[in-house]
Amino acid sequence: MSILVNKDTKVLVQGLTGKTGTFHTEQALAYFGTQMVGGTHPKKGGEKWTSSLDGTELPIFTTVAEGREATDANASVIYVPPAGAAAAIMEAIDAEIPLIICITEGVPVLDMVKVKARLAKSNSRLIGPNCPGVLTPEECKIGIMPGNIFSKGSVGIVSRSGTLTYEAVFQTTNEGLGQTTAVGIGGDPVKGTEFIDILEMFLADEATKSMVMIGEIGGSAEEDAAQFLIDEAKRGRKKPMAGFIAGLTAPKGRTMGHAGAVISGGKGGAEDKIAAMEAAGIKMSKSPAQIGRTLVEVLKG
Amino acid sequence: MNIHEHQAKALLKEYGAPVAEGVAIFSADEAEAAAKSLPGPLYVVKSQIHAGGRGKGKFTELGPDAKGGVRLSRSIDEVVANVKEMLGNTLVTKQTGPAGKQVNRLYIEDGADIESELYLSILVDRESGRVAFVASTEGGMDIEAVAEETPEKIHTIVIDPDTGVTDADIVKLSDAFGLSGEARVDGGTLFPILYNAFVEKDMSLLEINPLIVMTDGHLRVLDAKVSFDGNAMFRHPDIAELRDLSEEDEKEIEASKWDLAYVALDGNIGCMVNGAGLAMSTMDIIKLYGEEPANFLDVGGGATAEKVTAAFKIITADPAVKGILVNIFGGIMRCDVIAEGVLKAVKEVGLQVPLVVRLEGTRVAEGQKMINESGLNVISANDLDDAAQKIVAAIKGA
Repeated sequence: MSILVNKDTKVLVQGLTGKTGTFHTEQALAYFGTQMVGGTHPKKGGEKWTSSLDGTELPIFTTVAEGREATDANASVIYVPPAGAAAAIMEAIDAEIPLIICITEGVPVLDMVKVKARLAKSNSRLIGPNCPGVLTPEECKIGIMPGNIFSKGSVGIVSRSGTLTYEAVFQTTNEGLGQTTAVGIGGDPVKGTEFIDILEMFLADEATKSMVMIGEIGGSAEEDAAQFLIDEAKRGRKKPMAGFIAGLTAPKGRTMGHAGAVISGGKGGAEDKIAAMEAAGIKMSKSPAQIGRTLVEVLKG
Repeated sequence: MNIHEHQAKALLKEYGAPVAEGVAIFSADEAEAAAKSLPGPLYVVKSQIHAGGRGKGKFTELGPDAKGGVRLSRSIDEVVANVKEMLGNTLVTKQTGPAGKQVNRLYIEDGADIESELYLSILVDRESGRVAFVASTEGGMDIEAVAEETPEKIHTIVIDPDTGVTDADIVKLSDAFGLSGEARVDGGTLFPILYNAFVEKDMSLLEINPLIVMTDGHLRVLDAKVSFDGNAMFRHPDIAELRDLSEEDEKEIEASKWDLAYVALDGNIGCMVNGAGLAMSTMDIIKLYGEEPANFLDVGGGATAEKVTAAFKIITADPAVKGILVNIFGGIMRCDVIAEGVLKAVKEVGLQVPLVVRLEGTRVAEGQKMINESGLNVISANDLDDAAQKIVAAIKGA
């Protein structure tokens, strides 16, 4: 099993015709035949998109609603530039796409405030923005994660950072554990999905035997997640976990690359997050190079 | 992106917020005319730098007994004297760091008779994903200290984006501030004005500390600090023009031209990394092995060789840098592109310090081969732990 995406997931690409959308759609098709079913472009509806790798053709639709109607897509991935990203998410929400994954980095935060209000009134789930996507090994790759570092296995991985997700995936692959699904929830302050949502799914997923959670400075999502895990453990739901927090040396008040990675108003520092996660029974790795080994230690007891 | 107080006030004034009359000046010659244009007899001369704590700050060039960065003046002569003492000197506040910031402009403002001081800010509340007001009766103080010591005095009022500031929100805010009479009436117009300015101009922080109740019972915005969402500047060219480059680190300005996420730090190991999380962890691990990072630098996901070269030049331009650590986990970013960029930069600017390179991911073999065959003195590393240990050992041996 896995969470969010599997071999039956059918994906529409918003922003397919651009350079980024094209490159990653080609990669996704090449990854165990991820079901990419079409793309959208407001002016290129009716045309075809062709993969430069193997000549695969995908239909282009004018709107997401039209694309969904024609293909039965149950997910969309967004590669449109920041200025149009919020509108693209709203369009997918209006078309009742169940799973929307926004890769775009640099979406204005107040656009996301509006998106979040709309999401709350819908049945759609949004992952991102500013995220690497979701990947279930040997079944479905949505987004920009490199498929070659994954292996099918038992670890559920959730992270706010793209490259640290890759570190955790690569290390759990090298330790022979493999992954059920890896989810990058993104580095923005206002986003569609938080740690808690994904941890809940991993706890409920039978194939997921252990979890890795990677956070960073800014906000209190890690502390909220730690409290959630403590509460769930009291109900008897618990899985072995390793964790890591980036930004122990980050100065206050400076935004560290990710729009959400900033210690402000005396809140969001790494020490508090590490302490909260340890209190929830997560074994914290001091180094990002030791995440896989830390999890192995936990599993050995 | 930050702007100066006088710019923030001019912006809020356009929206109809009550701010005092004031004039920004850039040279002492302008002081007298500026003061004469104000009603008087009370004036305030305020240092314009992008840092808080100005009132309690000290000028490096003046003695310890000299007055701070915000000065009350009771005559035009006193204004002129204060301007001459302040302009061009270096103000050190608790937010500037020990080096301080040069005061290149002053804001001369009409004084106000203060009855009470309040704290108001607007920000994006991450937990609710909405815009929120933070209100406290403890104005004029360090709000972080208030939050620490008396958290019950801080009220957060979250605004529904579909409705904006409602009458109910206004009541909550007025109650949180304990407003009555004229001030309560003023609040009814001021709060929606501030919210609209925040949303329309894509602010990330609007802080009014203090918002004052004057002795005549009316509200006035006495200080204003505004930051904008850098990601939204594409739709606000008017705001982008307010950027004051003299307030920013030269290396950070150069980095922003290349769209590199760069933050200058105080250590001596320069870092070039892809991904914000990995870049922060690289800093952390340098510290874990006993040294300090000189910078945060995320080259991003789709960097070209030219961009990597520019990044490398920015790092080597920092005289504090005694060693460089390049750490790449290529997903979209190809290791051969990184290698090409680094080698090109080294050819152009030379390499005076040890360089450790750790490559992993897409096209790692090609990238590694390019570096190995370059004939340059580059130390290869297997993983991040290995890389950090090697660069720390290298600068200690140097």
